[in-house]
Amino acid sequence: MKNFFSSRWGIIVTGAVIGSIAVTLQQLGNPANMGICVACFERDIAGALGFHRADVVQYIRPEIPAFVLGSFIISLFTKEYQPRAGSSTIIRFFLGVFAMIGALVFLGCPWRALLRLSGGDWNALTGIAGLITGISAGVLFLKNGFSLGRNYKLKKGAGWIFPAFMVALLVMLLFKFRVSDTGPLFFSAKGPGSQYTPVLISLAAGLIIGAIAQRSRFCTMGSLRDIILARDFHLASGILAMVVFATALNLVYGQFNPGFDGQPVAHTAHLWNFAGMALSGLSFALAGGCPGRQLILSGEGDSDSAVFVVGMIVGAGVSHNFLLASSSAGPGAFGPAAVIIGIVFCLIIGITMREKVN
Amino acid sequence: MAERIDARGLSCPQPVVLTQKAIKSGLPEFEVLVDSEVSRENVTRCLENNKMIVETSSEGDTYVIVAKKN
Repeated sequence: MKNFFSSRWGIIVTGAVIGSIAVTLQQLGNPANMGICVACFERDIAGALGFHRADVVQYIRPEIPAFVLGSFIISLFTKEYQPRAGSSTIIRFFLGVFAMIGALVFLGCPWRALLRLSGGDWNALTGIAGLITGISAGVLFLKNGFSLGRNYKLKKGAGWIFPAFMVALLVMLLFKFRVSDTGPLFFSAKGPGSQYTPVLISLAAGLIIGAIAQRSRFCTMGSLRDIILARDFHLASGILAMVVFATALNLVYGQFNPGFDGQPVAHTAHLWNFAGMALSGLSFALAGGCPGRQLILSGEGDSDSAVFVVGMIVGAGVSHNFLLASSSAGPGAFGPAAVIIGIVFCLIIGITMREKVN
Repeated sequence: MAERIDARGLSCPQPVVLTQKAIKSGLPEFEVLVDSEVSRENVTRCLENNKMIVETSSEGDTYVIVAKKN
């Protein structure tokens, strides 16, 4: 069976659908310029579980489990479900931690960077410039033989664990599970965490996106990397379609507000928007995928990607507990220091994890 | 026998990086081994963008991609 979604038109359709669904989810209740944000939504989940106590960003976002499950289900049907693991696990974990730290200094993953741009938030531009810089550094390492090593195939039974964890999150959400009156799950009463689309709509949207992203291999980091590495614009046509459709629908919905100041869940500290995304971009490039892509790979049975996702969730807890995450006022007290530590970490990994080049 | 590049188990984009190196080194013919559908698509696209002739067969879990200069 020929895979339509792996064609040029397939990736364009995928980008258009993701862009359209994202701004529609915003219209239906998700936070502004945050119809979909993998980093922010994982951070909200970390908050709901009590891994951090920032009370404005706590909610079990059903989109995240739905991405994983959409990918899991479609890959079972198409026989691409293949459990695998064993490629520098602890490094991938910490790449996930630092990717999240960088994303929460900027306030968004690459998907949200594009959605912020589509909503007229020009601060996204410095973030995207940082992303390109980070990915370029990653490509340099790749060209010089950077490798986290091979993975190994596992038995079919090894790949359901992460999807099952996602189901557990959904079950806890549906029953609004609480340990006690004071304890998790936590659900924000105000702020972005209190703004959400009805659960079943989010779930359906996430399953659709998970499935088509799996078929098309949609990846924001990959699209920029492939341009730099190979002058290959295949994936880039997908993100272009995403921005075009998201911008058009934002105009239709009246959600397009151009400018730098007063943008929702954003700040104007350009240097740290740039540096935060540079750290994230480098982490994604070394780990081989943007946060969305890592969720999709987790659904296909890739344990290494699942570990990266767990690293991001832990990183969200670290970011808020240690005052690294930004707010609309600007970077957190220790955010800039953490970004520098993260970049040093990534450079060490990039330099030391090299295979001999013949 | 043509040069073999074993890219099985390597995550994206390393199979493509190795393929690019082989193209740059000017080999008239070589084989790339991959073990996922994604890597097969990516390596094939890279070869076709570089105007190489591509033939793919599968041996168990492995795809053997044979690339020849046009």
